[in-house]
Amino acid sequence: MKVSSIRLALPTAILAIVFSATGRAEDTGTADFSKQSLQAKIEYCKTCHGVSGQGFHGSTPIPRLAGQQTQYIENQLQAFIERRRDNKYMYNVSHVLSPAMRTALAKHFSELNPKSLGGAPKELVATGKTIYEKGLPDADVPACATCHGPEAKGNGEFPRLAGQLNDYILNKLVNWSSERGQDPAKPDASAIMQPIAHNLTKSQIAAVAAYLNYLE
Amino acid sequence: MMKFVISKTAVLALIASAVPALAGNIEPASIRNCTWCHGESAQGYAPAPRLAGQRPQYTENQLLSFRKHTRDNPFSKQYMWGAVANLSPSTARYLAFYFSKQHPKAGNDGDKELAASGKTLFEDGNPESNTVACAVCHGPNAEGIREIPRLGGLSYYYLKRKLTQWGEGYHAAAKAPMPRIASKLSSNEIEALASYLSFVK
Repeated sequence: MKVSSIRLALPTAILAIVFSATGRAEDTGTADFSKQSLQAKIEYCKTCHGVSGQGFHGSTPIPRLAGQQTQYIENQLQAFIERRRDNKYMYNVSHVLSPAMRTALAKHFSELNPKSLGGAPKELVATGKTIYEKGLPDADVPACATCHGPEAKGNGEFPRLAGQLNDYILNKLVNWSSERGQDPAKPDASAIMQPIAHNLTKSQIAAVAAYLNYLE
Repeated sequence: MMKFVISKTAVLALIASAVPALAGNIEPASIRNCTWCHGESAQGYAPAPRLAGQRPQYTENQLLSFRKHTRDNPFSKQYMWGAVANLSPSTARYLAFYFSKQHPKAGNDGDKELAASGKTLFEDGNPESNTVACAVCHGPNAEGIREIPRLGGLSYYYLKRKLTQWGEGYHAAAKAPMPRIASKLSSNEIEALASYLSFVK
């Protein structure tokens, strides 16, 4: 019995040494992945979100991740995993990611700064700017800038909106209640946006989305 | 060799003689030039893919990329570079629109036993191996959108050849992301995807 437990203990000890050595060599703190596997995962994300994270027009608009707040990205990945945020593809994508991998991916995308894809109707930009900066007091819509910042760069759990695909913003705000906050037992920050999205008309959303689309 | 030259000349003469017969309306002659190889109702034939029901922006982009020689796999070079050499951009647009209105029929020529695994890969990808879901861009029923092609019902042989050739370094139309994506697919994944898609209506 004693002998066999030593036999078992030895490989375990070796494994522990190997793992701790790997950890030191990578110098990534709590990382549970290699640099190569992080790079492969980044390439995987960029296949759909664009080679510079600038977003892409697939069969539906795929959002820009470049320059996004790290906390927002991590929160959203967690929301996909817990199915609080409904999306046909992102549960599958995110549930295999370890917390450390999610943090590393969020950091990578937050540091990118490509030009916006553009393409939104320019004639809507002026109206959108007014709504973004002043809100719509008659409709109980506060100024978007209050939380998302005067330059729409976001802050912590409030996402950056600058340079986002306008049709993505349009889709999200129109469908807010059916995509976000889907677990009544676990309310999240998406509840803040719910009444605002509800009170905006589709043409007001289109205007704000057009304004944000061209922001650098 | 001589025989080959003569028969090729004969075909050319036949095409040339058809053009004056339709004088005043050049477009039917252009369509005929496509359907020689792509089939009478544009459902594809041998190496020539189906054009019927294809997204017009996609077809137009492909015609222009053959003309610019960006799409460069062997059959493109052998057939399409020459076929579009004198094609005007407006005729390219017209042809793409015309074929998009033809009703597509599924190729149904893949391996039925691989269709289920191909469907899973198409719809869900494989997050463990970093393979993205094809449906994200090509749509849930492989119907395509804008310049992103319809894949549903294309022939197994065509799909397999394209996916394999991109992995070998041949190019698609400018800016198309597929060569990068296809280079990561295994031959089993390509077999499964091409099989599944050949049955999609």
